[in-house]
Amino acid sequence: MATNEQKAMDSYEVVLHCPKELERVPLVKNDRSFAWITEKVAVICEEPTRKWWWICFFLFAPIALFVPTLLAYQVGNGVGVWGENQPFGWAWDITNFVFWIGIGHAGTLISAILFLTRQKWRTSINRAAEAMTLFAVMCAGLYPGFHVGKFWKAWYLAPVPNYNGIWQNFRSPLLWDVFAVSTYFTVSVLFWYVGLIPDLATLRDRAKSKVKQIAYGIAALGWRGGNRHWQHYEMAYLVLAGLSTPLVLSVHSIVSFDFATSVIPGWHTTIFPPYFVAGAIFGGFAMVLTLMLPARLLYPQLDDMITRQHVDKMTKIILLTGSIVGYAYLMELFVAMVYSGNFYEYNAFYNRATGWYDWHYAMMMFCNVVAPQIFWFKKMRQNYIVVFFICQLVNMGMWYERFVIIGTTLAQDFLPSSWGHYTPSWVEVFTFIGTFGMFITLFIIFMRFLPMITIFEVKAVKKEADPHYHPEGDHKDEENKPKEAAAH
Amino acid sequence: MADHRKVFAIGAEFNSAADLYHAAEKIRDAGYSKWDCHTPFPVHGLDKAMGMSKSWLSAFVFMCGVTGFITGLLLVTVTSFGLYPIIVNGKPIDWWPGLASLQFMFPPIYELTILFSAFGATFGMILRNGLPRFNHPVFNWSRFAKVTDDKFFIIIEQKDVKFSETKTKALLEEIGGQHISLIHEEEN
Repeated sequence: MATNEQKAMDSYEVVLHCPKELERVPLVKNDRSFAWITEKVAVICEEPTRKWWWICFFLFAPIALFVPTLLAYQVGNGVGVWGENQPFGWAWDITNFVFWIGIGHAGTLISAILFLTRQKWRTSINRAAEAMTLFAVMCAGLYPGFHVGKFWKAWYLAPVPNYNGIWQNFRSPLLWDVFAVSTYFTVSVLFWYVGLIPDLATLRDRAKSKVKQIAYGIAALGWRGGNRHWQHYEMAYLVLAGLSTPLVLSVHSIVSFDFATSVIPGWHTTIFPPYFVAGAIFGGFAMVLTLMLPARLLYPQLDDMITRQHVDKMTKIILLTGSIVGYAYLMELFVAMVYSGNFYEYNAFYNRATGWYDWHYAMMMFCNVVAPQIFWFKKMRQNYIVVFFICQLVNMGMWYERFVIIGTTLAQDFLPSSWGHYTPSWVEVFTFIGTFGMFITLFIIFMRFLPMITIFEVKAVKKEADPHYHPEGDHKDEENKPKEAAAH
Repeated sequence: MADHRKVFAIGAEFNSAADLYHAAEKIRDAGYSKWDCHTPFPVHGLDKAMGMSKSWLSAFVFMCGVTGFITGLLLVTVTSFGLYPIIVNGKPIDWWPGLASLQFMFPPIYELTILFSAFGATFGMILRNGLPRFNHPVFNWSRFAKVTDDKFFIIIEQKDVKFSETKTKALLEEIGGQHISLIHEEEN
């Protein structure tokens, strides 16, 4: 030991090099060059459209058309075309709203919180995850907008002076939601765009056709990559990450206030904000993997940037947040059944687990709590088929969770005389299917025209990007740069 | 190349972030001020190597945040306590004690603070960098297109008091710059 320590004192290198098993796996596999990264990511936007793309497009775009068609039908005929009625005022629409908005949260977590915590592995997945956020929030935003019934009066939600001299009720969590979701969308767009600027400049500089040069050129704002620009750019990015972090935590907290501030048993709980946020991140990561795993399959070159390590880390987050959600379910049960001593609270949960919608509850428990536990095993985390399958279960489970929270609570509240059953109408079902079509269509359009991996950030996490890096080790500085050595 | 076009700058190309970093230190020590390092990604520590101070964009964002906060505060209070008081949930409808217990309508204030700050950060950065600007002279240098790929550049502007076509060029050569060339104001 003593000699080792002595050695460490003598040579800088021994201190720097850790045991082989503890060495960090490089984030970019196969030691790819900067040019390789640029080429392989940019080529996705430049090559002729692939056949699978058109197949996907013509498969999902018609499904996406369900959304405008059925929403027009709903506006034309009234909210009655949806299956909801008293006591089921909120049904699939708000369930789907919470489901979609929750999915968005993983994107912001990756882009903002993992940035602040210096998790460099985020770089290769953040662009696609942020795009996913935007598209998910678009799908989410439709529901409350159209649920108001008189859609043409949805602008009453905005605090603008009007002829009637009426102002919004700022004490209402529903109005907080309007502020939270619209701010969330706007800030996500800004964050995403700021991240895109240097990569748009890359596409501009590589573009062959005039149209592309002009289109990407305008979008890149004339970015020149000067360090005097990077300085402000990095500050702006840091500040945006710092702003998005409290924002993303507030959005789902506020969504949960929609329920938590009411007096209905099963909703009136203080556990909701953290429980909703953990659930949102949980469901969002499942959706990120749902999109990224097929993308890796379609573009094998991405394999060196979105490595097993990335998938492994994401599944660990799914395991963590899934367990938090599981804890919240159990705590909620404990509080309602044992701790509160409240008859209605007790019954609300008893009915949830054993009532009309018991299989929803069972699905929720199985998909969200039991299924992700498989990720304790490394073999399972490394098996993409298992990961993809579990992610689908999580996607499903998170939808069931929202339905259980919203639906079962409304179905059976205080008085049995005011209980009511609910089945979705075909309009609701197809609108929901349509939002998936819309989500996937928007995502494949994004993949086609914008770099789905943050080119410049992936370059920046390579060891060559460190200005103090020299291929043969630090002390051989002079040998590598003969010209500079001569100058000394 | 015997031309009478106005010179904008001298540019030199470098192959790695490390080369650029050391070169930047030398240019800084030589006392140049109107120059910049162009890189495909932000290089850590380059601010120091160039002798630049911290970006104060954060201060601007803070001011935007304060503006957002005040806007939100006025929006919720003036409407709820002044213009259109609604009695709901037994919550205050008067300035007092409303102002002392604002938590029942705090979220809109919170969200507007974040919204204004985010606009400040994005547009502050864009404007502070003098963007959008599509016609910059550096784009006239054909090699410069590689700046968004894998090459690193130092551009010393003609406006710099220490600029001299020969001496600056010699300095860039000495510190390992390649493809050193004059960049003109008009297109080649």
